[in-house]
Amino acid sequence: MPRRPDIKKVLLIGSGPIQIGQAAEFDFSGSQACKSLREEGVEVVLVNSNPATIMTDPDMADKVYIEPLVPEIVAKIIEKERPDGIIAGIGGQTGLNITSELAEMGVLERYNVEVLGTKVRSIQEAEDRDLFKKAMERIGEPVPRSIAVTSLEEAEEAMKELGLPLIVRPAYTLGGSGGGIARTREDLMRICEMGLKRSRIHQVLLEESVIGWTEVEYEVMRDSNNTCITICNMENMDPMGIHTGESIVVTPIQTLSDHEIQMLRSAAINIIRALGIEGGCNIQFAVRNGEYRVIEVNPRVSRSSALASKATGYPIARVTAKIAIGLTLDEIRNDVTKETPASFEPTVDYVVIKIPRWPFDKFVKADRTLTTSMKSTGEVMAIGRSYEEALMKAIRSLDIDIDLGYNGKYTPWSDEDVRELLRTPTDERLFAIYQALRRGFSVDEISQLSMIDPYFIERIQNIIQMEDELKKGLTPDRLRRAKRMGFLDSRIAELVGLSREEVTDYRLSLGIIPTYKMVDTCAAEFAASTPYYYSTYDEECELSPSDKKKVLILGSGPIRIGQGIEFDYCTVHAVTALREMGIEAHIINNNPETVSTDYDTSDKLFFEPVTLEDVMNVIEKENYWGVMVQFGGQTAVNLAVPLERELKRRGLKTVILGTSPDSIDIAEDRERFNKLLNSLGIPQPRAGIAYSPEEAKKVAKEIGYPVLVRPSYVLGGRAMEIVYDESGLELYMREAVRVSHEHPVLIDDFLQNAVEIDVDAVCDGRDVLIGAIMEHIEEAGIHSGDSACMIPPQTLPEDVVATAKDYVRRIALALGVRGIINIQMAYKDGVVYVLEANPRSSRTIPFVSKAVGLPLAKIAAKVMAGMTLREMNLNVEPEIPYVAVKEVLLPFDKLPGADVLLGPEMRSTGEVMGIDYNMGLSFFKAEMSAENSLPLDGIVFISVRDEDKAEMAEVARRLASAGLKIIATDGTSEYLRRAGVPAERVRKIYNGSPNVLDYIRRGEVKLIINTPTTKQSVRDGFQIRRSAVDYHVPYITTVQAAKAAAEAIEKALKGELTIKALDEYHREVRYRSL
Amino acid sequence: MIGVLGLEDGTLVEGYGFGAPGIVTGEIVFTTVMSGYEEALTDPSYNGQILLFTYPLQGNYGVSGDEFQSDRMWPRGMVCRHIWPSPKHHRSTRTLAEFLVDEGRPGIHGVDTRMLTVKIRRLGAMKAALAVGESVVRGIDIVQLARDQPSISSLDLLSEVTCRSPYRIRGSGPRLAVIDLGIKRHILKSLECRGFDLHVLPAHSSISDIEAVEPDGLFISNGPGDPERAVSAIEAVRHFAGSMPIFGICLGHQVISLALGARTFKLKFGHHGGNQPVKDLESGIVYITSQNHNFAVVPESVEGTDLEITQLNANDGTVEGIRSRYLKILAVQYHPEAHPGPMCTEDPFFSSVLKIASGGD
Repeated sequence: MPRRPDIKKVLLIGSGPIQIGQAAEFDFSGSQACKSLREEGVEVVLVNSNPATIMTDPDMADKVYIEPLVPEIVAKIIEKERPDGIIAGIGGQTGLNITSELAEMGVLERYNVEVLGTKVRSIQEAEDRDLFKKAMERIGEPVPRSIAVTSLEEAEEAMKELGLPLIVRPAYTLGGSGGGIARTREDLMRICEMGLKRSRIHQVLLEESVIGWTEVEYEVMRDSNNTCITICNMENMDPMGIHTGESIVVTPIQTLSDHEIQMLRSAAINIIRALGIEGGCNIQFAVRNGEYRVIEVNPRVSRSSALASKATGYPIARVTAKIAIGLTLDEIRNDVTKETPASFEPTVDYVVIKIPRWPFDKFVKADRTLTTSMKSTGEVMAIGRSYEEALMKAIRSLDIDIDLGYNGKYTPWSDEDVRELLRTPTDERLFAIYQALRRGFSVDEISQLSMIDPYFIERIQNIIQMEDELKKGLTPDRLRRAKRMGFLDSRIAELVGLSREEVTDYRLSLGIIPTYKMVDTCAAEFAASTPYYYSTYDEECELSPSDKKKVLILGSGPIRIGQGIEFDYCTVHAVTALREMGIEAHIINNNPETVSTDYDTSDKLFFEPVTLEDVMNVIEKENYWGVMVQFGGQTAVNLAVPLERELKRRGLKTVILGTSPDSIDIAEDRERFNKLLNSLGIPQPRAGIAYSPEEAKKVAKEIGYPVLVRPSYVLGGRAMEIVYDESGLELYMREAVRVSHEHPVLIDDFLQNAVEIDVDAVCDGRDVLIGAIMEHIEEAGIHSGDSACMIPPQTLPEDVVATAKDYVRRIALALGVRGIINIQMAYKDGVVYVLEANPRSSRTIPFVSKAVGLPLAKIAAKVMAGMTLREMNLNVEPEIPYVAVKEVLLPFDKLPGADVLLGPEMRSTGEVMGIDYNMGLSFFKAEMSAENSLPLDGIVFISVRDEDKAEMAEVARRLASAGLKIIATDGTSEYLRRAGVPAERVRKIYNGSPNVLDYIRRGEVKLIINTPTTKQSVRDGFQIRRSAVDYHVPYITTVQAAKAAAEAIEKALKGELTIKALDEYHREVRYRSL
Repeated sequence: MIGVLGLEDGTLVEGYGFGAPGIVTGEIVFTTVMSGYEEALTDPSYNGQILLFTYPLQGNYGVSGDEFQSDRMWPRGMVCRHIWPSPKHHRSTRTLAEFLVDEGRPGIHGVDTRMLTVKIRRLGAMKAALAVGESVVRGIDIVQLARDQPSISSLDLLSEVTCRSPYRIRGSGPRLAVIDLGIKRHILKSLECRGFDLHVLPAHSSISDIEAVEPDGLFISNGPGDPERAVSAIEAVRHFAGSMPIFGICLGHQVISLALGARTFKLKFGHHGGNQPVKDLESGIVYITSQNHNFAVVPESVEGTDLEITQLNANDGTVEGIRSRYLKILAVQYHPEAHPGPMCTEDPFFSSVLKIASGGD
């Protein structure tokens, strides 16, 4: 069937901010869908609250709305844009849920909007546990016995029938959030209570346990003519019981026979037909000894489909979008071969391994156990021609400074520790398997303890054998085999007792160099032209380097806290910029979720780890003019100096483009940076550097407490802390860092109650383009990545803004920046202090770019490639008549046990943007997008520390006069009453029931304002904040945010939210010439 | 153990040998199935060939014997990137290497199979020779050996793969005379489970041999090599067309086409894999099929015969299915019985066979 002529305009819903369980994969799928639809002449209207996405770039869709993803707002956009259809399955669970809600509200019917592709009924049948079970029974597909319950009483009854353990799965949630495994009745009640709360339809499923079975997945597609194909199958190394997003996943299936693989494939096709899905879907099975159960179906593109697309080269989202507008699979061309249609099944001639990236380095107190809920923030993928090669590449792609030999962080694991780590799955289990093998545990014992198939354990055993062989001495044969297994030169050097350089030189002298093979969907059966490559040590290299001017852009690897999708956004922009200049742009990256690793984003894609050796290998083959390290976050920046050294050492002409590695070092090295600021006469907080704990105490005393301490070279504020006295400092030095001569500790004066200022700018060595001055809402000391901020500044005096701009210009020019620079400052008592300068793209680049309508990353890339700002007519300063607010999304609801306080350590996973004509409305939208909707009526609970009470009384007064009811604990309520604000008193938790927790549990509180009592989270405050998270009550933990909230509520009560597309806002920007 | 592989274009690669030491020659073809080596290696259609697997990891789940498509291994040698020595699958009884030893066939791994695949894609299926074992390899000119062998089309592959004498698989349904040109066990299973009464006859059976079993229909199986060499089968189809329903798979499909006046040609490197898309012209549905053939029917040559084309390959437009309502003929180029590969067409094809053989259309 050709594409439907009646579909002229389509609404696409994005997935909102990056969060655990919903990461960059939906930017990838959304961007593909946009391109795919526009190729067919369909007008695309896009809505997403996340500015750090390629899909929200003004030129991706015909109309882009950066607005909260709530049905009421999307309904307004529909009213304004009148699309003919809406595609539900592109924007993850968020997109699916909103589409269902719009249908229930009657909005789709009212405006005659057709749900394209998979229909609402199919979505419901796949998502509603009970309906799904019935559907499976109808077509004879086996499912685990299960009962859907809507109350704790029903859960108790179900338990009697099914026995324990039981798997608890809430309906309609992200990444299995709110689910878990109940081994006891108490477990069951606790998990069910939470799960019921989280489920959009207040329903959870209790299910017979298939824990320990092999978990496999199929990516399946169907078109309206009933043609069904499977894109790939995947096997989870971790058995059933661990969410697939938390599992190490291999494609294709490794341990099943063709008979079993085809049995499951047939079942998958049976299921997609029965559900009537049109487009892509993901089906999960549990398998054991030839028997299987259908576990679940995701009736949409997903994290797994992104992985499947990257693993095979088959663009699932692109094809799904075309199916949605009526095309059939045989009418869609396979973009990879250009000859064959999309109605075929990819076959691969390599192995793909995915490993999740967990945030436990940031949340040391969070429970590291892997369960049926997701905790990881991102993932890496690696391709190899052997299992071992793919595994070793994946591990180094994680960028965690850990190789297989990892043996506990501070103290080596005991045998019992290892046993426990095998028994209880955590992020460290891969390393525990290695340790167990090293200690002589048998493969069977490891397999029994971990329930992991012995096949995967023996693969690691193979690696150990190779290590042992290498230890006997380096021979050409051993070196060749080790490289084929994926060993890095540096690891080989360690094992044979040589330097990394010696091993590399020896290897090169033997001509042992990687070959690059193409990912072509068809195992070389057809000639393909996809510029998508991976390395392996084989005979024939398939690269044919052009002699054009070429640049390699280093990607940022897996999404993690502190290094998110923003860097991928910048990477993609750099490519576009270079291509516009006629320069060939290549990418090296390893994150399967992203747009940068889409095969048609760059001129060549190298799906590789981003390490010195892997990058050098590519450079040597392609012979680049230059390398760009500014866009790939700290991962790439950290390579600047070693890369430059290695390029010189090997006599290669390739240069690091933009700001020189030495200038980068000046900015990153505290001592050198301090000297620079002193010479410029720019104030900075008093600071010192310490190479030993004793020295640290001395320095801190000189500066005066409180001080901000951190190790040098940090990412996302890792291990950064505010220390209030000497005992706190001692604790920090003992527990948080290992200080040494190479790794000193930095100690800064902590500026209490200062306003933080963030600036992103581009410098070409002569002029400086300041994208925006951002004023933070939270005070300095809260990590800038976690703070909400506003463009333009709302409270800063004019002269302060002018000073800030002046400092930015002078620092950028003094550092000789060519490209991007981000500078953080603090304003206190009339003085602007410079805190740090990062000569690389920052988290805020996409936010600023979208707020002021200037693609800063793209401009920076052009500058790095030799253009000047004047040539681009960009010697200007943008001014906007509206307000853009950035707010962050915090992952606490996904990490049981973690405290929800903000501090100098970054915690957030993603961000949203609110845009409107005053600060109140913009902040209101931003909070709504960050799943922290401010109430317009109902009860607000306030409990604040003494220092904050005066300011909070003002906030409370405004909230009360806006019609909200205030409740507060003893001290706060007393204070408020004396200040003339009506506030009802509620008991503190330790004073017994009914206390504030009861209010929260009953869902009566609509907003919680709680500031921490001391630097330590006192039990009461912790419980209140934690239950706010657990029961999804919006909460605020700083006075500044509370003030902004009061402003927002007042404005939202008075005014209408503006619904306007981004290009309409951008038309109002004034660019003042300098 | 050392292994060397030579191709007629002069390619020489060295790798690790496995299986039984020795020298074999044959036509090298590649298959893109990612699983199903047990089925592929026992498929008689690979007689005379050296089989290269494009998927790099072979032997992961061992060899069970449950999925054998005949009594023995047919490719003369096996080429892959890695073999796994320690399968733990619950049905595995031996490793892949042990299986090759038992079958007296050599294999080579550790070679750049993708490079070889690209060569075959560019130059077509080639003559090849494989030698495995230190003493075997010493002083050998493996490329010359590859070049010196006769062309595969000149070989009588059929008499090696067909059954020596007729046998019967009893059933209560319609009776089929099955001409065994190297039939895969799963074709028999798919027919048997639908109740057919099966008389399996050798490839060179005469008209009277076939008449003797008083069949309700004739079934021509898959098999190796050039269809023109299946002289008796072609004759049988010509003789019985119109008097009883006739069915065929793969080589059988080509035999039927030739018998009714169409022509066949040799593909550059054939279709060997589990991901070939076949479009059904009536429903428009595309099925993913398992395939293993080097020859195909010339589409234009079907015009003017009693046959009509029902299905086409969505990749290269080759003929995948033919039918004659009037003569009650139905045949497909792909393998609906799968093994290895996807099962989507098992029921549509074999149920139609049952319907037609039972007197329907």
